[in-house]
Amino acid sequence: MSLSASAPGPCEIQAGEMSSSRAAKSSLLALNQQGELEDLPRDYPLSTSEDEGDSGGERKHQKLLEAISSLDGKNRRKLAERSEASPKVSEFSVNSEGSGEKLVLSDLLEPVKTSSSLAAVKKQLNRVKSKKTVELPLHREEIHREVAFNKTSQVLSKWDPVAQKNWQAEQLVFPLSKQQSIFPPIEHVVSGWKARTPLEQEIFNLLHKNKQPVTDPLLTPTEKASLKAMSLEEVKMRRAELQRARALQSYYEARARREKKIKSKKYHKLLKKGKAKQALKEFEKLRKVNPAAALEELEKLEKARMMERMSLKPQNSGKWAKSKAVMAKYDLEARQAMQEQLARNKELMQKIQVASESVEEEGGAEEEGEPFVPDVVNEVQVKADRPNPWMFRNHSGDTKEAEVQGDPEELAEPAAQEAPESEEEGPVVAEEILLKEFEERRSLRQKSGLNQIAKPVGSQEAKDLSSQEVLSELRALSQKLNRESHQSRKQELSSTRTVLAVQRGEPSGEEEEPLLLQRPQRARTLDELEELGKEGCFQNKELPRAAVEGQQLERNPSNHLGVPKEKKRKEQMTDLQNLLTTKSPSMKSLAVPTTVEELEDEERDQRQTIKEAFAGDDVIRDFLKEKREAVEASKPKDVDLTLPGWGEWGGVGLKPSAKKRRRFLIKGPEGPPRKDKNLPNVILKEKQNIHAVAHQVRMLPYPFTHHQQFERTIQAPIGSTWDPQRSFQKLTMPKVVTKPGHIIKPIKAEDVGYRSSSRSDLSVVQRNPK
Amino acid sequence: MKVKMLSRNPDSYVRETKLDLQRVPRNYDPTLHPFEVPREYVRALNATKLERVFAKPFLASLDGHRDGVSCLAKHPKSLATVLSGACDGEVRIWNLTKRKCIRMIQAHEGFVRGICTRFCGTSFFTVGDDKTVKQWKMDGPSYGEEEEPLHTILGKTVYTGIDHHWKEAVFATCGQQVDIWDEQRTSPICSMTWGFDSISSVKFNPIETFLLGSCASDRNIVLYDMRQATPLKKVILDMRTNTICWNPMEAFIFTAANEDYNLYTFDMRALDTPVMIHMDHVSAVLDVDYSPTGKDFVSASFDKSIRIFPVDRSRSREVYHTKRMQHVICVKWTSDSKYIMCGSDEMNIRLWKANASEKLGVLTSREKAATDYNQRLKEKFQHHPHIKRISRHRHLPKSIYSQIQEQRIMKEARRRKELNRIKHSKPGSVQRVSEKKKRVVAVVK
Repeated sequence: MSLSASAPGPCEIQAGEMSSSRAAKSSLLALNQQGELEDLPRDYPLSTSEDEGDSGGERKHQKLLEAISSLDGKNRRKLAERSEASPKVSEFSVNSEGSGEKLVLSDLLEPVKTSSSLAAVKKQLNRVKSKKTVELPLHREEIHREVAFNKTSQVLSKWDPVAQKNWQAEQLVFPLSKQQSIFPPIEHVVSGWKARTPLEQEIFNLLHKNKQPVTDPLLTPTEKASLKAMSLEEVKMRRAELQRARALQSYYEARARREKKIKSKKYHKLLKKGKAKQALKEFEKLRKVNPAAALEELEKLEKARMMERMSLKPQNSGKWAKSKAVMAKYDLEARQAMQEQLARNKELMQKIQVASESVEEEGGAEEEGEPFVPDVVNEVQVKADRPNPWMFRNHSGDTKEAEVQGDPEELAEPAAQEAPESEEEGPVVAEEILLKEFEERRSLRQKSGLNQIAKPVGSQEAKDLSSQEVLSELRALSQKLNRESHQSRKQELSSTRTVLAVQRGEPSGEEEEPLLLQRPQRARTLDELEELGKEGCFQNKELPRAAVEGQQLERNPSNHLGVPKEKKRKEQMTDLQNLLTTKSPSMKSLAVPTTVEELEDEERDQRQTIKEAFAGDDVIRDFLKEKREAVEASKPKDVDLTLPGWGEWGGVGLKPSAKKRRRFLIKGPEGPPRKDKNLPNVILKEKQNIHAVAHQVRMLPYPFTHHQQFERTIQAPIGSTWDPQRSFQKLTMPKVVTKPGHIIKPIKAEDVGYRSSSRSDLSVVQRNPK
Repeated sequence: MKVKMLSRNPDSYVRETKLDLQRVPRNYDPTLHPFEVPREYVRALNATKLERVFAKPFLASLDGHRDGVSCLAKHPKSLATVLSGACDGEVRIWNLTKRKCIRMIQAHEGFVRGICTRFCGTSFFTVGDDKTVKQWKMDGPSYGEEEEPLHTILGKTVYTGIDHHWKEAVFATCGQQVDIWDEQRTSPICSMTWGFDSISSVKFNPIETFLLGSCASDRNIVLYDMRQATPLKKVILDMRTNTICWNPMEAFIFTAANEDYNLYTFDMRALDTPVMIHMDHVSAVLDVDYSPTGKDFVSASFDKSIRIFPVDRSRSREVYHTKRMQHVICVKWTSDSKYIMCGSDEMNIRLWKANASEKLGVLTSREKAATDYNQRLKEKFQHHPHIKRISRHRHLPKSIYSQIQEQRIMKEARRRKELNRIKHSKPGSVQRVSEKKKRVVAVVK
C-alpha cells in the first residue's frame, strides 16, 4: 500500500511529502534499534515515544473487534480499511492488517526519489541496504584456534598426494624405508680376521712379502717410495711418455677395430691374396738364396696341410666348424655355411658308403644265393639294378620292351628271389632254420610231386625243372617268413591279388603272381629297413591298407569278377566308411609308388586309431537324438479333452470313438520356428538355465559403470594356464607386501621425499608455554 | 623316399646348469585352453572354500594376569615384546615367541590406566588410578636391585591415559586436562583444556608428531597442536568416544571408537562429516588400533568380539571371538602387521592372526604364487553370489547374532519412520539428513 494514494488533494502534497519523510525516518529508527546502522545523521530528532501510550488501548479495541467478528462462526477476512473516524490518525499506525503485503523499504522510498534534497539520506539508505548482518565478534582464543587449525590443515594437506598415490599404487611394499644394511669397511673386517687355512696363509704371506697393503688399499710402500724418489721433471717426462704410449695404443686399437669392422668380402679377399703373395715372394726369395731352407719350408707346409687333412673331421669338429656352430645360433649366414658343409660332407660320405654297400650286397648275394640260385638269377639281378624294377615292368607290361629285356618270367623270378634275400640279410639265424626246412621240403616234394602253390606250367616252360622248383621253394619260403612275422599279411596279399586281377581285367596269369606278391612285400621291406625290429607297428599298418583296398574296391564299379567276395568286403568297409571323413575319391593306379601310399597310410592309420578308441560311442547319433528330443520338448503339446463314457458307453477296453477324439482334441498352436532349424550341428536352448543363474552376478558391482567393463574384467583370464609367466606374476601381484619379522614404522616425510620439519616440537613448546 | 623324423633342438629342453628351472614347453594357443572363465570361476570358488577351511586365526592365549587387562603396549624395537597393564595395578611384559611372561611389576595401586613405551624402547611409562605417572626401565632390575621406577610423578588428579611422542622425550597424559610433559621435569610443559569433562584418552599423531587427539566423556573429540599449545577444533558426536587412533600412513586420518557401537573415521581437516562410519559391532567399541600398513584397523568391543575393518569399508571383513573371551578392553596390531593382540576382562591376552587363513612360516615360491593367484581370483570373482556368500559367512555367538538381528530391525524401523515422515509432510519441509551428518552433533571452532 502506498501513502500517496490515500492523500489525493493538491493541498495535501506537502503534507504527503512530510509524512513520507517521517516514514523514512521511522524505518531508519527501526534499523537503528537493531544496532546495525552506524552512521545515522545526528540532526534528526528522535520522536518515537509520541504514541507509545495509546498503543495498548488500541490493541484492546482491536481484540474486541476480532472477538465480535468471530461470533458469527466464520472467520471473516478482514478488509483493509482505514478507520478515518479514529481519534488518533497517524501515519505510523496505518492499519495494514489483512492486506497480506509486507512493507518494503523500497516502497517507502519511492516518493522520496523525486525530491533531490534528500540525496544524502538516500545514499545512506542504499549503503544500509547493501550491508549484511555481521556475526558476533570472535573471542581471542577462538581466533587463535582458528588460525592454528588452518595452519595445521595446510601442513597436513601436503600428505594428500602421498595418500592418493598409496591408494592407487598397484603394490605397496612395507617397510617403506629400506633399511640399509650397514657393511663395516673391509679394513675393520680384515683386522679382526685371521688367516687360518693354508691357502689363506699363503696368500697373506705373499702379500706381506711384497709389502702389499692389506688393510689400507692405496699404495704399496714401494710405490710410495718410488713416488717420493722421482723428481718433478722426471715425473713429468714419464707422464708424457705414458701419455704418448697410451695415445698410440688407442690409435692402433681404433684402427684395428675399424679394419675388423669392414664387411666387404672383396677387401678381405684382396687382403688375403696380398698376404699370400707376400708369403710366396718371400718363399721365392728364400729359394733363390737358400734352396735347402726353402725345401724344408715347403715340406713343412705340406706336412701341415696333410696333418690338417688327416685330422679333418669335416662334420663339425674342425676349428672353423666349431666357430660356425657357435655363431650359427645368431647368424643366418653361418648357419647356411654350416649346412652347406654338412651337406657336402654327407654327399662325400654317401658316395663312399654306397660303393661299399653295393659291394657288400653283392658279396652277400653270392654267399647266400649261390648254393641254390642259378646263374641266371644273378645275371638278371645285375641287369635289373634299378630303384624299383617291378614298377617299371608293370608299366610296360604288354609292350615289346618286355621282349627286348628278355623273358618276363626270367625277370620276375629273380625279382621274387630278391625280396626274401634282402629280408634274410637281417636275421641270419632264422635263415639257417629256414634253409633246413627248405631242404626237407624239397625232398618231400620230389617224392610226392605236390605243388603247394598252384602253379600251372605254361607254354613258356622251357627251363629245367630244378630251377623252377628252386624258385617255387623260395616263394614258399618267403611266404613262410611272412606268416611268421605277421599273420594278416597273407590275407591282404590275396586281396591285392584279386584287386589287381580285377583292375586289369585279365585272368591272373601264373607269371604275374610273383610280381603281385612282390609289390607289397617290397614296400614292407623298405619299412623294415627303416625301423628294424619294430614289428609291432606293422600289424597296425596292415589294417589301414586293407581299408584302402576296400575303398578301391568300392569305387571300382566296373568290376565283374569276384562279386560275392567283394560284397562281403564292402559290408565290412562301409561300416568304417561312414565314420571316416571321406577324401576325394582318387583312383590309384598300381603304378603309384608304394612309398607315397605309405604316407597316406600313416594318416589313415591315425584316423583308424582314433576310430578304434572311440568305437563304443556314436557321438553324432547321440547328438541328433538329443536335438530331436529338444525339438519335441519345445513344441506346444496337443490337449486331449475327451471324456471316456460321456455320451457313449465307457469301461475297460472301450475307447472313445475316433470322431469324438478328433472333436475334443485341441491342437497345440504352431510355435515360432526354432532358431537352430537351419543349423544341423547346433542345439539352441532359449530357456534360461536356473542352475546357471544362481552363479551369475545380478547387479553391476560398484566401481564399474557399464556391464561390458565388468564382463571384460571377468573374461580376461589371469592364471598361468593362459598367461605367460611374466604376465601371470604381474597379474597376481599382491596389493600389499610385508616382510615377515620386520617392524613397519609410520610413514615419514623422508620416505616420500619431503623435508621434515627441522625444528623439534619440544623446543617450540618450550618457547610458548601456556 | 623322404623319411620324416622327429627332431628337437636340445636348446629347447636342456638346462644350462642343473640349478636352472626345468623348462616346461607351453602352448598358449587359446583354442587349446578353452573355458577360461568357468575354469577360473571354479578355481575361485575352491579358493574361497579353502580359505574358510583354513581360517583358524587363534594362535595363543597369554594368561597370568590376576585381573582384567586394561591396557596394552607394543615395543617399538622388538616384535616379540608386549607390555600389558591390568586392573589390579600389575604390569607384565610378555615374550610372544615363548608365549611367556618375562617380567611383572606391581606398578600402581588400583587400575593401570595407561601404558606406553618410549620411542627408543629403553623404558616405558604407566599411569594409574593412584594419580602417579611412573617411568620404568624396559630391562629388569639387575641382581640385588629392587624393582623401582626410574621416575615417579605425583599429580593432583587422576590420569586416565598416556601416550609418548614418536620422536622426542615428550609424553602426554590426560585426565582433567591434557598435559604435555618433558621427561626431565616433574611438572607439565603445558596443559590444555577445553571444557570441563574428564578426558579418556590422548594420542599423538605418528606422522605429524606435534598433533594430538583426545576424546572426553562429554561426547567430544578435541584436536590439539602441541607446538602452539592450543586446541584446534572440537567435534561433538552423538555419544561418547572411548578412544581414537591415528592412521600411520595418512597423517590427517583418525578413527574414533564410539559408544554407539560404531567407529568413525574422520579427516582431521573436515570434521563435520566422517569419512566413513564403520558399523558391525553390537555393543560399545572400547578400543581401536591401526595396522601399520594403514589399510585396516582392528576394534575391540564390549560385545566380546574383535573385528577387523578395511579403512575404506563400512563393514568388517573379519570377526574374532571365542567362547571364553569376555569384554575386550584393549587391542593392538603388531608392528609387522601379521598379528593382533587383545586383552580382555577375563585376564587373558589373546594372540590372533591378522589374516585368518594365512599360512604362517616361510612359503616356497610355488606356494606364494598359488596363494597370490588364489587371492586374485577371489578378488576377481568376489561379486559372484556363491563366492560372496561363502566368503562372508562367519559363525557368531548366539548373543551377537541375535543382537544383530534386533538391531537390524531397529534400524529398519527408524528408516521407515523417517520415510513415512517425509511422505506425510509437505514436500521439502522435512529434509533428509545423511547418515554421516546425523552422527555429528556439532563442530566447535
